[in-house]
Amino acid sequence: MELLSPYPPGWGEALLIGLLHSLEIALGATCLGLLIGTAGAFGKLYGGPVVRDLLAVYTTVVRAVPELVLILLLYYAGTDLINQLLAALGYQLIDISGLAAGIAVLGFVQGAYSTEVIRGAILAVPQGQIEAARAYGMPPGLMLRRITLPAMLPFALPGLANLWLIATKDTALLAVVGFKELALTTRQAGGVTKAYLTFFLAAGVLYLIVSLVSNFLIGRVEARARRGMPSIKDAR
Amino acid sequence: MAGEATIVNAAARTSLWLQPHRIVLILIALALVLGAAFFMRWDWLPRYYEMGLLGIWRSLWILAVTCFLGFLLAVPLGLAQAAGPFWFSAPAKAFCTVIRGTPLLIQLWLLYYGLGSLFPQYPWIRESWMWPYLRQAWPYGVLALTLSFAGYEGEVMRGAFAGVPKGQLEAARAFGMSRWKIFRRIWLPQAIYRALPTLTGETVLQLKSTPLVATISVIDIFAVSSKVRQDTYLTYEPLLLLALIYMAITGILVFAFSRIEARIPNKIG
Repeated sequence: MELLSPYPPGWGEALLIGLLHSLEIALGATCLGLLIGTAGAFGKLYGGPVVRDLLAVYTTVVRAVPELVLILLLYYAGTDLINQLLAALGYQLIDISGLAAGIAVLGFVQGAYSTEVIRGAILAVPQGQIEAARAYGMPPGLMLRRITLPAMLPFALPGLANLWLIATKDTALLAVVGFKELALTTRQAGGVTKAYLTFFLAAGVLYLIVSLVSNFLIGRVEARARRGMPSIKDAR
Repeated sequence: MAGEATIVNAAARTSLWLQPHRIVLILIALALVLGAAFFMRWDWLPRYYEMGLLGIWRSLWILAVTCFLGFLLAVPLGLAQAAGPFWFSAPAKAFCTVIRGTPLLIQLWLLYYGLGSLFPQYPWIRESWMWPYLRQAWPYGVLALTLSFAGYEGEVMRGAFAGVPKGQLEAARAFGMSRWKIFRRIWLPQAIYRALPTLTGETVLQLKSTPLVATISVIDIFAVSSKVRQDTYLTYEPLLLLALIYMAITGILVFAFSRIEARIPNKIG
């Protein structure tokens, strides 16, 4: 147990820092995923035929290939591409931080899933509301901000909440490319002290706490977003 | 006549699908594939061909075994949560929450490094018949993936069991069926029908989880590609081929499940 204490002989501090890194990546990836997802959903619904087909390829491919493979592929390809671009433009090579690369890679993956979630949610908004907004002569940007996004939120929240939970768990995969987040820190701590069971249990508890706290908060947010709508139990 | 109509339909559908911009996109995709085939290095393929096939076989085998065992575990888990008394449903719910709340990678490493490092301390385990298996990595991988599938699918089955209309079960009871017979003939089949669409998604998710076993030294297709990368210092070619293989397996899985789904009567409830 003293191995887990937060002061130097113990590894508690390292684990907490790892957890912080994991949460940073998860938060960044979810935000990036939301941006990509919103753009992707609008492209899929209102875009031209070429945009729609390209987005279909994007969501299908990302959802069919394991996250681990995608992370490796995008991690190497992405850093390589940026460095080659910089070299071609005559700049110095940069060392891309693991944090930025992790956020970019996971965000790209999350974007494909959130595209589908948000697309479904927009489709669930009663058509009349969007037509009414058009009839008022709202420009597309205003309509997006005032009508479509708020109206689709209650439909999208359960799926997006799920994606957030997946994002927190997917950060563990970045351990494979050597980013020091919670899973890799735990493994190193276990390797040094040989107390694998203790450390993995501790990491499991940390992840579980994150999930449970998120679940609680999401429940509150969902209740607020759905205010004034019939509860799901009554609708059945 | 009917045959003619379907042919016309199929032709119309093809022409609808093959719009001009799609043809251009397909040509671009073809050019990309041909470019990859000619300008990238593929000379390592013959050497690793057999190893790759073995890796694919192992991945599929792990997928099939863990899905089957996981589903068998998920049925009692779902039933306990949907209809069980408190001392049954509470542990089942706790199990599902823990499995769904922690990353699979942590569960896998906990079992392999954690449990695996405990076992050798006990002489009676080292002398038992189980030791040759416990020394290898794959039992831990199979166990972790099975538990994970059971956790996720248990939650789905809970919803599926709860979603079977009460009238069906009451009718079965009115026929004088025993509880076991009601479960076997009415409740379970209808719950499985309800769970089938999500089962497709869960199986694909499970396929995408199988490469994690490569981190505990099981040689599946992902581990083969890592070995190729280490041996040949190539970065992209093995990974691209790997992605293609997983996409093909996903496509086959989705197609197979859609065929099974199409056989099921769709007027339920």
